[in-house]
Amino acid sequence: MSVPIVLHFHDVSFSYPHLTVLEEVGFHVHEGEFIALVGPNGSGKTTLLKLILGLEQPKSGTIELLGQNPSKARVQIGYVPQHASYDPSFPISVLEVVKMGMVEARGRQPKEKLRQLALEALHQVELASLADRPYSDLSGGQRRRVLVARALASKPNMLILDEPAANMDKESEQRLYETLAKLKGKTTVLIVTHDMKRVSALTDRVFCIDAHKEGKVGRTVVQHMLEEEPDDGVKRILHDVEIPADQCRYPQEAGNE
Amino acid sequence: MSEFMGFFDALFSPDFPFVRNAFFAGVLSSVLFGVLGSVVTVKRIAGLAGAISHAVLGGIGISLYLSATGMVPNLSPMVGAIVFALLSALIIGTVSLKSKQREDTVIQAIWAIGMSIGVLFMAKTPGYTDPSSYLFGNILLISTQDLVLLLTLDVVVILLAWYFYPQIEATSFDEEFSQVRGIPTRLVFLVILAITAVAVVLLQTFVGIVMVIAMLTLPAGTAGFGAKNLVAMMVGSTLFALLFSFAGLVSGWVLDLPVGAMVVVIAGAFFLGRSVGHLIKMRRSR
Ligand SMILES: Nc1ncnc2c1ncn2[C@@H]1O[C@H](COP(=O)(O)OP(=O)(O)O)[C@@H](O)[C@H]1O
Ligand SMILES: [Mg+2]
Repeated sequence: MSVPIVLHFHDVSFSYPHLTVLEEVGFHVHEGEFIALVGPNGSGKTTLLKLILGLEQPKSGTIELLGQNPSKARVQIGYVPQHASYDPSFPISVLEVVKMGMVEARGRQPKEKLRQLALEALHQVELASLADRPYSDLSGGQRRRVLVARALASKPNMLILDEPAANMDKESEQRLYETLAKLKGKTTVLIVTHDMKRVSALTDRVFCIDAHKEGKVGRTVVQHMLEEEPDDGVKRILHDVEIPADQCRYPQEAGNE
Repeated sequence: MSEFMGFFDALFSPDFPFVRNAFFAGVLSSVLFGVLGSVVTVKRIAGLAGAISHAVLGGIGISLYLSATGMVPNLSPMVGAIVFALLSALIIGTVSLKSKQREDTVIQAIWAIGMSIGVLFMAKTPGYTDPSSYLFGNILLISTQDLVLLLTLDVVVILLAWYFYPQIEATSFDEEFSQVRGIPTRLVFLVILAITAVAVVLLQTFVGIVMVIAMLTLPAGTAGFGAKNLVAMMVGSTLFALLFSFAGLVSGWVLDLPVGAMVVVIAGAFFLGRSVGHLIKMRRSR
């Protein structure tokens, strides 16, 4: 059985006007995989996600998302941004924030259906009891989980999360990973995390944006080996064991790329 | 008290059509102050709107000059105002999209250049032109044509706000996420800016160029404290704007003071009052 590729970077380079961020990035992700993306602050993780979502365009190379151009396919992605520009004086309830996850380019869906789906998504992150509270009443960690619910509301096949657990309290983080555990295998997950040493045990493969290729200014993406830790549900990243970024556990496909 | 009753006598008397026009201008303006003001507030583009409203003076000055010198006879100041408003909206909008970090500088530049052009052309305009009636509004100058234009814009704004409510709400709350959802966020932003530009021109007949921005933000800010969502904020701020406009009209009439300034002072006092009340409540609940 062949598992389709949902995300494919072909030799992608990207620069901001005065800063080369990524050079010769190539990797791919299969449907249903749980992928972690790690890298130091400012290495280009958020930038890479913006490329995946077609919010920025590569300088060279191509990106295929669900076999399409990213700006076409991105509506099918559930996205949890890193810095949701949040204005505490914006009048809005938790449920309405989640409903926004289903907003479309024009028009609107039936009220009752939106409400139903939004409540369902809030259940997934275990915050349904706060549905009618003002969004600004919530703690930072709860707001992050509401944004996860917003991303889940449209029932996406792929979830992209940008450092969702940064500055989160332990309880919120634990609940977040419980939510992700339930999605594992059914939904492709690409999660950016800030810890360079270990990742959640849910992780199938880990990519690092860290190294530079010889003679290059921008960083590239490499794949590292993961080692199961006996305790507390984490895997250790073996930084000294590098695997080619395009290698995966589905060799039949790696061959015919 | 007799002056107070005098206002209502005048309102219903056929001898004072300008009082009635002023009253209707207040009502029609309130819809824009409420609905558009809420959008301007949650999208945080009040600074951009401020620059547009002040730049309008340039268009007014040029129109008055062209008309008085006979180069373009009978050119209405409104025409120049609209041209300048849309032009400055286009410039500010483009800069804001292309390079966010230059936005502040461009806002200041458009603000100052627009006003200066207005002052220069008015200085060279034959006869007497008083910029202050444009800066602070002159409620007695409101014509039936102004009212029709205001009504038309009210209808347009309400229809757009109703039809595109989910998209307006989403782009105001989180622009990047909305873009991922397929909403043309840049187009939404530019359309809102263009409508704000036209609204500013029509609204300055009521409160004047300088104070339009106050009325686009103060009622919305006042309503924002208690509102549970954006619609509630729109409705609430429309009601507040109605209250402020009416109170301003009556007190301006009774005390024989400029109505535009009266409206803004009342709105400002209310906003500050509610801000203080809100702060005290927040302290207590902690
Ligand atoms: N819009 C931008 N314009 C110019 N430089 C940017 C922009 N956004 C990010 N950068 C720079 O690009 C680099 C990568 O940023 P980012 O992708 O946010 O890193 P990370 O998410 O890994 O912390 C950083 O040096 C950052 O300063
Ligand atoms: Mg980042």
